[in-house]
Amino acid sequence: MTNHWIDIKNADVILIMGSNAAENHPISFKWVEKAREERGAKLIVVDPRFTRTAAKADIYAPIRIGTDIAFVGGLINYILQTESYNKEYVKLHTNASWIVDDKFDFDPEEGVFSGFIKLGEFEGSAYGKYDKKKGGWTYKRDENGEIMRDPTLQHPRCVFQLLKKHFSRYTPEVVEKITGCPKEKFLEIAKVVASTGRPDRVMTHMYAMGLTQHTYGTQNIRSFVIMQLLLGNIGLAGGGINALRGESNVQGSTDMCLLFHILPGYLKTPRESQQTLQQYLDKYTPKPLIKGSVNYWKNYPKFIVSLLKAWWGEKAKKENDFCYSYLPKLDDGENYSHIVLFEKMFNGHFEGAFLWGQNAAVGGPNANKERKALEKLKWMVCVDLFKTETAEFWKRPGVNPSDIKTEVFLLPAAASYEKQGTVTNSGRWCQWRWKAVNPPGEAKPDADIINMLFKKIRELYEKEGGTFPDPILDSYWPYGEEVNTEDVLAEINGFDWKTRKRVANFTKLKDDGSTACGNWLYSGVFPEEGNLAKRRNTDDTTGIGLYPKFTWCWPLNRRILYNRASCDDKGRPWCPDRPVIWWDGSRWIGDVPDYGKTTPPDAVKRGVGAFIMLPEGVARIWAPGLKDGPFPEFYEPLESFTKNLLHPKQNFNPAIALSMKFVNGPMNKKGSSSKFPYVATTYRVCEHYQSGALTRNIPYLVEMMPDMFIEIPVELAKEKGIKNGDKVRVISARGTVEGIAVVTHRMMPLNVNGKKVYQIGMPWHWGYRGLSTGDSANKATPHWGDPNTMIPEYKGFLVDVEKA
Amino acid sequence: MGITRRNFLKAAGVITAGTALGIDLKPAEAKASELKITKAKETKTICPYCAVGCGMLVHSIPHTNKVINLEGDPDHVINRGALCSKGTTLRQLAGSENPRRLTKPLYRAPGSSEWREVSWEWAIEQIARRVKETRDRTFITRNKKGNVVNRCEGIASLGSAALDNEECYLLVKMLRTLGIVYLEHQARI
Repeated sequence: MTNHWIDIKNADVILIMGSNAAENHPISFKWVEKAREERGAKLIVVDPRFTRTAAKADIYAPIRIGTDIAFVGGLINYILQTESYNKEYVKLHTNASWIVDDKFDFDPEEGVFSGFIKLGEFEGSAYGKYDKKKGGWTYKRDENGEIMRDPTLQHPRCVFQLLKKHFSRYTPEVVEKITGCPKEKFLEIAKVVASTGRPDRVMTHMYAMGLTQHTYGTQNIRSFVIMQLLLGNIGLAGGGINALRGESNVQGSTDMCLLFHILPGYLKTPRESQQTLQQYLDKYTPKPLIKGSVNYWKNYPKFIVSLLKAWWGEKAKKENDFCYSYLPKLDDGENYSHIVLFEKMFNGHFEGAFLWGQNAAVGGPNANKERKALEKLKWMVCVDLFKTETAEFWKRPGVNPSDIKTEVFLLPAAASYEKQGTVTNSGRWCQWRWKAVNPPGEAKPDADIINMLFKKIRELYEKEGGTFPDPILDSYWPYGEEVNTEDVLAEINGFDWKTRKRVANFTKLKDDGSTACGNWLYSGVFPEEGNLAKRRNTDDTTGIGLYPKFTWCWPLNRRILYNRASCDDKGRPWCPDRPVIWWDGSRWIGDVPDYGKTTPPDAVKRGVGAFIMLPEGVARIWAPGLKDGPFPEFYEPLESFTKNLLHPKQNFNPAIALSMKFVNGPMNKKGSSSKFPYVATTYRVCEHYQSGALTRNIPYLVEMMPDMFIEIPVELAKEKGIKNGDKVRVISARGTVEGIAVVTHRMMPLNVNGKKVYQIGMPWHWGYRGLSTGDSANKATPHWGDPNTMIPEYKGFLVDVEKA
Repeated sequence: MGITRRNFLKAAGVITAGTALGIDLKPAEAKASELKITKAKETKTICPYCAVGCGMLVHSIPHTNKVINLEGDPDHVINRGALCSKGTTLRQLAGSENPRRLTKPLYRAPGSSEWREVSWEWAIEQIARRVKETRDRTFITRNKKGNVVNRCEGIASLGSAALDNEECYLLVKMLRTLGIVYLEHQARI
């Protein structure tokens, strides 16, 4: 979240689109309700289903699964046409006035941006990748090499005018035809949303997997970013782009970068073409695009060197590039993410795998394929609290254990209150939690399991040698017999290598090997004065619910990101009744400023922009950094029943070249709408959590939500002779899912460009283990995903439904 | 008239005096009025489910592993004592409440249809062996193009968003040190 949970109470308009917050983040609704009670805030919900969240809305609009860009594109168009945007904010804090290279263009007939290289064709649409250089995805420079800008926003090639042109096609009529949302309902919402373009009105956007789990998920988010920037809602209290993340520490695990492409603190995993540290730094340390831009990532060298020092300690010296060569390198252009990983596993690429508290057999896309893939492993280590579907994949229904040769180790782990450490919530708050009781029996905290394992591996290499033991033998691994997690947090915070004194924050990190820091973003959580994640001071000194001394948030305990943008060029808040920071004549006070503490307000007119992490210094309305376009464009899901109304020639996101490697591969068929006429989505319920590994073993929760079910529209159920409570089957080209029919008006048929469309919904919590067992919705979902993130398209695929 | 909910409750109101039933409830009341958590150890924790990060209080009997109560922390500024159904029922995750919790390392041999209990020492030794053998066998110093990549191709690791930050950090440190690049978790999906 750019903001945080309590801040929601400061909003005038709360737009929940791509989330069912009342269901899946229930306590957030405390703050939604507070906004409504105390400031008369309006709650707008746009969702394919009439959810528990929709039931609380002031305005609810239905929408076809996967058509959010069409809807938001329509909102952007409305805002531009009615001139409801915050003109001063847009000029001051975004790249709206920046002029784009002559070569950049979008072809509305072909449905692709300039620079598209076609690699193949699929069902009449092209797929490939973009050559950004060829396509001119860059700013235009003058004779002196300076980027050209038009502060009047009139120049036909400035970002603002290009934006206007791009979204001019998204009229209310087009929105209705694509999304099935009635025009009047769309306009009712547009009016309320656009009202927050006034400087003194703020809208917050709450979203989750409803937006991300698509082959254009990143562009879904981008469309909201553009809208919120136009309305001047970023950096303000009650505003922002707020991702409601799904697990207690997924924010933390993401920050610690348990992902192939990044290292702790969002540093890039090195590639083969960066053989030396200098090559790596040259590639990834950005240069400012405009004079004056703070461009904070210029400190990249300090972050990576301090990380290397934390990993190889004494052995990491300037002469050996701080052991940079010990870091494994990725091949150029290769992807190693979840879907690719499991496709490789299916092909026998791996001998062994670890699954730490992850139940991929239920939670992964294309469950049948992923379960089959596990059979190819020689050995597998599961670390969990219960016997999960993944741990027992070798005796799942339909297989003979004697056919499966995988050795499996199942290690018992401690639960949350059986150990101590920090977890980071969606609002970036890093919260310490204490140990209440010991884990049961011989169960251990994962920290101790990792510690024992690494030490044993190192011992084997010490005794026997082996392939390239150096990184292991030279590892800085100072943890005792049992890990003191507070010591680990101290290492994450960072310390001076010589004196061992903990650093105050990341501004004190060096690139010369004198500091060690496990994660620069968390630097400042545990300075010399103490473990700030343990703080529980409930004083709200700011009046807007920042609670600056309650735990600690990154970065630097700054509670609202981009807060410099909450003020004009004189340092006056756009919203004087909810100020986040303000200029008192000599410095910024309020929240920790996202800006130089004493940098004067008018510096923003001299290139010192409010968005200090970007080389532009200003926020990107036009964003050339993504794989599939600097502007979002509406595309259909890969499996769709209709032609793309905007450009029938290009139905789906053309940049999905990587996914196309797997489409129609073994056990990953793409289905046609003639066989699979209905659109399906997957989601969660309050009473269960993710793959159900925990909650389906908890008696009270099983009592409350005992069975796997399928939500079916009343009209469709009638056609199929399905009654509420009947056993039904949902079938996709990947697999079949059985469940109990919940026939409901909540799933309403939509009129999509003259065609009546039925939508089906299913929760994905169930599997063949636990107190409550049931079929897994992910047997129906596919192995294809977003080109930037490879998040699978769990929402927006085709199915058939029949009585079982 | 019959018994309706309203007149049953009205009658029940009389029971507090004890006399209507002809028994003296005072000693029972005295015992009940001492909260079961009065002598308990109170521990602050954060909910392990969604990412709101609600504060919770765990009440356990000191020097035992028995969890007797779990409720929202009224002093946590985000949830102020409230919890959803998952948080509210978290007590049933405790070892003292849930007999389904794994308590011993288990091992499944190739082709077997059963688990067998093993010791930690044995399990860690075996796993470490597997890691070393696989790493030694599948390590790539130079890739096809001849560039130094120092990668362990044969091992993948998944998980987890359920681990604490300190655990995630140790895990990533270990995995990268071993040269593992196929490293993913729930955030991807």
